[in-house]
Amino acid sequence: MRLVVVGNGMVGHRLVSALRDRDPGGTWEITVLAEETRPAYDRVRLSAWFDGEPLDLPAVPGVEVHLGEPATALDPAGRKVFTRDGAYGYDELVLATGSYPFVPPVPGTDLPGCFVYRTVDDLEALRAYAEGRSTGVVVGGGLLGLEAANALRTLGLATHVVEFAPRLMPMQVDEAGGAMLRRHIEDLGLTVHTGRSAARITEGQVVFADGGIVRTDLVVFAAGVRPRDDLARAAGLAIGARGGIVVDETCRTSAAHVHAIGECAELGGRVYGLVAPGYAMAEVVADRLLGGTATFPGADTSTKLKLLGVDVASFGETTGPLDVTFTDPATRVYAKLVLSDDAKTLLGGVLVGDASAYPTLRACLGGPLPAPPLSLLAPAGADARRPLPGAAQVCSCNAVTKDTILAAIGSGAADVAAVKTCTRAGTTCGSCVPLLKGLLAEAGVAQSRALCEHFDHSRQELFDIIRVRGIRTFSELVARHGRGRGCDICKPVVASILASLGTGYILDGEQAALQDTNDHFLANIQRDGTYSVVPRIPGGEITPDKLIVIGEVARDFGLYTKITGGQRIDLFGARVEQLPKIWRRLVDAGFESGHAYGKALRTVKSCVGSTWCRYGVQDSVGLAIELELRYRGLRAPHKVKAAVSGCARECAEARGKDFGVIATEHGWNLYVGGNGGFRPRHADLFLSDVPTDVLVRTIDRFLMYYIRTADRLQRTAAWLECLDGGLDHLRHVIVDDALGLCAELDAAMAAHVESYVDEWRSTVDDADRLERFVSFVNAPDAPDPSISFGVERGQRVPVAR
Amino acid sequence: MNWILVCPYRRLQPERGVAALVEDEPVAVFRLHDGTLRAIGNVDPFTGASVLSRGIVGTRGDAPTVASPLHKQVYDLGTGVCLDAPEVRVPTYPVRVRNGLVEVGWAPC
Ligand code: SRM
Ligand SMILES: Cc1cc2nc3c(=O)[nH]c(=O)nc-3n(C[C@H](O)[C@H](O)[C@H](O)COP(=O)(O)OP(=O)(O)OC[C@H]3O[C@@H](n4cnc5c(N)ncnc54)[C@H](O)[C@@H]3O)c2cc1C
Ligand code: SF4
Ligand code: FES
Repeated sequence: MRLVVVGNGMVGHRLVSALRDRDPGGTWEITVLAEETRPAYDRVRLSAWFDGEPLDLPAVPGVEVHLGEPATALDPAGRKVFTRDGAYGYDELVLATGSYPFVPPVPGTDLPGCFVYRTVDDLEALRAYAEGRSTGVVVGGGLLGLEAANALRTLGLATHVVEFAPRLMPMQVDEAGGAMLRRHIEDLGLTVHTGRSAARITEGQVVFADGGIVRTDLVVFAAGVRPRDDLARAAGLAIGARGGIVVDETCRTSAAHVHAIGECAELGGRVYGLVAPGYAMAEVVADRLLGGTATFPGADTSTKLKLLGVDVASFGETTGPLDVTFTDPATRVYAKLVLSDDAKTLLGGVLVGDASAYPTLRACLGGPLPAPPLSLLAPAGADARRPLPGAAQVCSCNAVTKDTILAAIGSGAADVAAVKTCTRAGTTCGSCVPLLKGLLAEAGVAQSRALCEHFDHSRQELFDIIRVRGIRTFSELVARHGRGRGCDICKPVVASILASLGTGYILDGEQAALQDTNDHFLANIQRDGTYSVVPRIPGGEITPDKLIVIGEVARDFGLYTKITGGQRIDLFGARVEQLPKIWRRLVDAGFESGHAYGKALRTVKSCVGSTWCRYGVQDSVGLAIELELRYRGLRAPHKVKAAVSGCARECAEARGKDFGVIATEHGWNLYVGGNGGFRPRHADLFLSDVPTDVLVRTIDRFLMYYIRTADRLQRTAAWLECLDGGLDHLRHVIVDDALGLCAELDAAMAAHVESYVDEWRSTVDDADRLERFVSFVNAPDAPDPSISFGVERGQRVPVAR
Repeated sequence: MNWILVCPYRRLQPERGVAALVEDEPVAVFRLHDGTLRAIGNVDPFTGASVLSRGIVGTRGDAPTVASPLHKQVYDLGTGVCLDAPEVRVPTYPVRVRNGLVEVGWAPC
């Protein structure tokens, strides 16, 4: 039998994959007609395309997909669909044509510079046009409009949002929530116009109905969507009063053998603009096609806004018999729970500024509250996590209950990834992933956190033991809390913890035996057993005289010289006995260790900034140097990299760093948790427009909290992703001081800054410490005979073995 | 057996190694936590670099070990066997302390 699906969007794709999963015998031959030319992708995460993230949905094998071949007409009587190039007969037909963006019927919307925000092609066109331009207007202040506005902002445009209703997100939040949201959005530097509508677009400006004008380079319409029912309409199918192909609860249309699902369908007078109801419809049709009796269960219309830095969530009803609200103007948090009149059942709610309680609350929708309302609402209310009832819907995108997830865990799913594959929970918007982790823990399958055979503890636990008990040596630690004599895993971890706690020169006493070879010789070992030398060049700024010294040292010792990716200079091929002689000269010329060998602060990259650059708005070099000098020598679970850019053009690539700072007209924006390397991740916006002292204090705390709690070799990006509660939790701890830790973190950083001494200076000035830098104990100056060099492009390189 | 002088015992740090030239062969000499010594060939068989003396000393089960500083393969300091690839082994040498001096034994073949 032949199934034809029109539309290869999220819902069409879900139908096809659900059907293929449940129909291994291949009863149905499936043909998909797709208007878009790309394989099906995750529209919910569309904005992540700007960050270069892949959006592709998994390909479904054994399905014939015709990309770029839209259906143009439908003949329900003859059971045929037509495209420009051909006709397809069917036994059953499913329409999954989604929506089109609504563009208000005002003059000028067809001018160049007018965009919509629905497909990857739309985003591609928008980004190309925005290049080199400075201002953008988004028409529409709802969920989609704010997401588009954030995109414009990250493209570097001064951004305006125009909303016809008297508040932002009128569909989701109430008056007070809208007001709080507006303050947050304005803090991000966006200009908000509520209660205004665009009357006319002309070249370079938007004219409002009230006569006002905003000058702009481009306009994005994000003022809602309309069902794509044109095909069905032309074929005479029943259409709802406000558009949408009318279906019953089994998703059948008025024509025999034709179904409609997703955003193009109208059910009970309602069109759903979210993916979860669409998925539910897809499951119904897949079931029915295989002879089942499923019906559409009704849908959850919860939403969580992904606008960086501001959390907004709404679920269920937004007003009702009994409202409990919580407003805190200081932290800009607004929250509201809608309860049944006996105050026992949760009917809905609105969260602005802090949505950490969202996954728990949403899962309780329609059921009893797990704790008294105020304890759930107050910030950090997420800490008041209670066990959820088994029927609670943990993942609303995919309609997965707690019981289903526990069953999957029971039959062997041992981590979040496995739970995702077995149940689909967590695979769409991702907001339920923290709950999945909680359920794994609740079911007792937390992974072993033992560091190695010598310790049953995680790095974080060891850190606390060492700090609280005041342990100062490995021997004491392993005797009291471990077994054996350690290994290359636990010893460097303990070395790093001791160093972070400020135990002085890392090669003194027993600590020397803990260090990896790089730290042991304060240089990076190379493939042939020689070392590389990287002097610190804070912020990448260097005088000609210092450059000449580096050149002379490299020439005199015959070192291969290369500019690194971290804005400094690496000198390769030094034999172990040469290191002190090289460093004597570097130290005398004012250089310090660059810690290229340490799990420590590496570089704070800078762009040239306002001193020279015609676009710069702050002195990025000055700040980069200040930060690099502040954090130099700070040892951490993994290396730490940073950067400072002088304006939104971001020449220092700050968003690719563990912490990145970007100058604004009013101060600095701080981003945290980025990295390049193996799995690149852009850093998340953490603070906007703050002055230097607030910036530095926050970075201090960020680093110290990371050092205390991260796993071994876990960069800040991975740490943040694993941190329960993520960015919100971090904000609670280091901005709101919810755990009362800030004073300790501040003191720890002050102690670091105070006690910093250059490792190489303390080495070359001390004869005992120099003893270890010999090639052979019984022939201290004999070069290692196994080291030999060839020449490539005029420099010495190791001979390949 | 010839005994070749390496260095005074006090030059050796607990749980660390040094490299020595023994009849032109690079040898790594380690002082364990209990004060006893072990000696193995200094060349990392996987890379050919003369670096094993610079690895981290520890234990696996009861065996004293060193991890290559390049790619972290672990060697049993008693037998020279690579515990991560038992078909690979490095030579072992007798080692003793006499009058406060460390000596490595060398048997000419
Ligand atoms: C020298 C340099 C390459 C160059 O010639 O440019 C380099 C060289 C090494 N990198 Fe790197 N990385 C260098 C810039 C980078 C960058 C670019 C940057 O910093 O802007 C990255 C990507 C950015 C990032 O880290 O987020 C980078 C990502 C890595 C990674 C992957 C980290 C990750 O989180 O996935 C490793 C492996 C690791 O650390 O586990 C690595 C590890 C290494 C090691 C330490 C590997 C090793 O153990 O031998 C290399 C030894 C350096 C040496 O002998 O001096 N290197 N490495 C660069 C030194 C910069 C500096 O001045 O300190
Ligand atoms: C930026 C953005 C953010 C969003 N965020 C969220 C969110 O956080 N949570 C949420 O629940 N929802 C969100 N949505 C909405 C969500 O993406 C939609 O609900 C979902 O994509 C609907 O799926 P669908 O398959 O019905 O429609 P679509 O995904 O739009 O797919 C319809 C497909 O059919 C194709 N088509 C149309 N006509 C034809 C034809 N005649 N022939 C062939 N093909 C045709 C279209 O080109 C399209 O590819 C967001 C949407 C956008 C744009
Ligand atoms: S990021 Fe720095 S160098 Fe780049 S344009 Fe802005 S100020 Fe100039
Ligand atoms: S709630 Fe969206 S993926 Fe689970």
